[in-house]
Amino acid sequence: MACLQASPNYQFRYGSDQSLLIDFGTTTGKVAQVAQWLGKQRISGVVNLHPAYSSILIVFDPCITSHSALESLLQVIGEVAVTAPRLVTIPVHYDGPDLPDVAQWHAVSEQQIIDWHAAPTYEVSFLGFVPGFAYLTGLPLQLSTPRLEIPRKSVPGGSVGIAGNQTGVYPFATPGGWRLLGRTPMTMFSPDRDPMSLLEPGDLVRFLPL
Amino acid sequence: MTIQVLSPGMFTTVQDLGRPGYGLVGVSRSGAADAIALRLGNRLVGNPENAAALEMTLLGGTYKFPDGATVAITGAECGLPMWQSLGVNAGDTLKIGGMQVGARCYLCISGGIDVPLFAGSASTHVLSGLGGFEGRALRKGDLLKVGRGGTFLNRSVRPEVLSRFDPRKTLRVTAGPQAELFTADALDNFYAKAYRVSDDANRMGLRLTGARIEAPFGGQMITEGVSLGAIQIPTSGDPIILFVDQQTTGGYPKIANVITVDLPSIGQLRPRDEVRFELVDAALAQVLVREQEAFLMSGEILS
Repeated sequence: MACLQASPNYQFRYGSDQSLLIDFGTTTGKVAQVAQWLGKQRISGVVNLHPAYSSILIVFDPCITSHSALESLLQVIGEVAVTAPRLVTIPVHYDGPDLPDVAQWHAVSEQQIIDWHAAPTYEVSFLGFVPGFAYLTGLPLQLSTPRLEIPRKSVPGGSVGIAGNQTGVYPFATPGGWRLLGRTPMTMFSPDRDPMSLLEPGDLVRFLPL
Repeated sequence: MTIQVLSPGMFTTVQDLGRPGYGLVGVSRSGAADAIALRLGNRLVGNPENAAALEMTLLGGTYKFPDGATVAITGAECGLPMWQSLGVNAGDTLKIGGMQVGARCYLCISGGIDVPLFAGSASTHVLSGLGGFEGRALRKGDLLKVGRGGTFLNRSVRPEVLSRFDPRKTLRVTAGPQAELFTADALDNFYAKAYRVSDDANRMGLRLTGARIEAPFGGQMITEGVSLGAIQIPTSGDPIILFVDQQTTGGYPKIANVITVDLPSIGQLRPRDEVRFELVDAALAQVLVREQEAFLMSGEILS
């Protein structure tokens, strides 16, 4: 257990008449852990949480609570105790269709791209885009690559991609503009599983080349 | 009991009141685009308000009832008797045509549409292919299961209730989380001008055309959680209203957010409709939700 240090600098903003945004100002891994903690609190009237890099949107039922009631309840988030994050290993076949282009763009070998991508321990900042799509931070700076100019109409589920300084795994076939380095046989999201999503905010992730 | 889809209309999906509560794992809320029409339709056929029904878009479709049913059609005007319970005889076919005014109508069936629930809801989310009937819009030949319905009761929605919920073309909004970063000119334009709904309008969002708004940060900012009904201003300056199948996060500045009681009106906007925005206080917007919910509980709804 550790005590949150980064959060006293948050401020509240209105999202809508039924949502409140907690803005932490800076990107901090603690956001994901505060979001997880909030999810377990069962605060009366809170119906949804949308965490992102440096903020959490709290959606509430305006018949049950209000912005000001939540703001006073949430004064405690400065002292949220967080548990050690889980480490999830994701095996990857590094044979993606964009691997040659990415290697060429960086003027290195394909193996170098794989080594760079599989080296770090990433952190799940938040999930979005589609169910189970985790935005992972920690991509090595030298692997930062612009997204495709023309997104693909359909990216196969399980595809491991990079875009800018982010990396992630497409849970299902969807349109997408990230550059695909490989694919994992893991099921990232299943409505029939509990928990449905393999990854949750705050998890640590390592990619294991197959 | 079953329903046969003889023709699915333009875009027909199974929807209930959606699945809030899974934003942590990136799941959209989804649910009926016009939640009031769904809730009233379900009441007419004796269902819980949250029962799953068919949401049809612009063109209804043709549905056969081999076993008969009690149904109600609500939402956009579609040429059939609406806002009342209707008895459909075994073997009869219901043909729902084009909508003249409004964009979506609901076919509520006593017993509700029976599909496997995803995260507690029958709503279809087409982008991920999850929920509803096989995670997709209906096709010709689909066979839908229906739950056990109650006996037919002759019910209709009172006319004064309908006029209260008439879809609005001036949407009331609260200031968005980045509103203070827009220039005074941009804000003046946004509230003074009429916008037109483009063809790029669906359950995920509606792109509007009209006076372009200059976005702060050139229309880019760090991704944050976005609310239902948020009005984003991207680099192009054309506003986008985020709607029921929205992604849970977004990276464009938000100038305003449609208030809760006006969200169903978004579901009735058609391409080329004109829409305006009126700024109201969040406290007033919350009073309006509470009044609406008290009114819906009042017992003055059906006759």
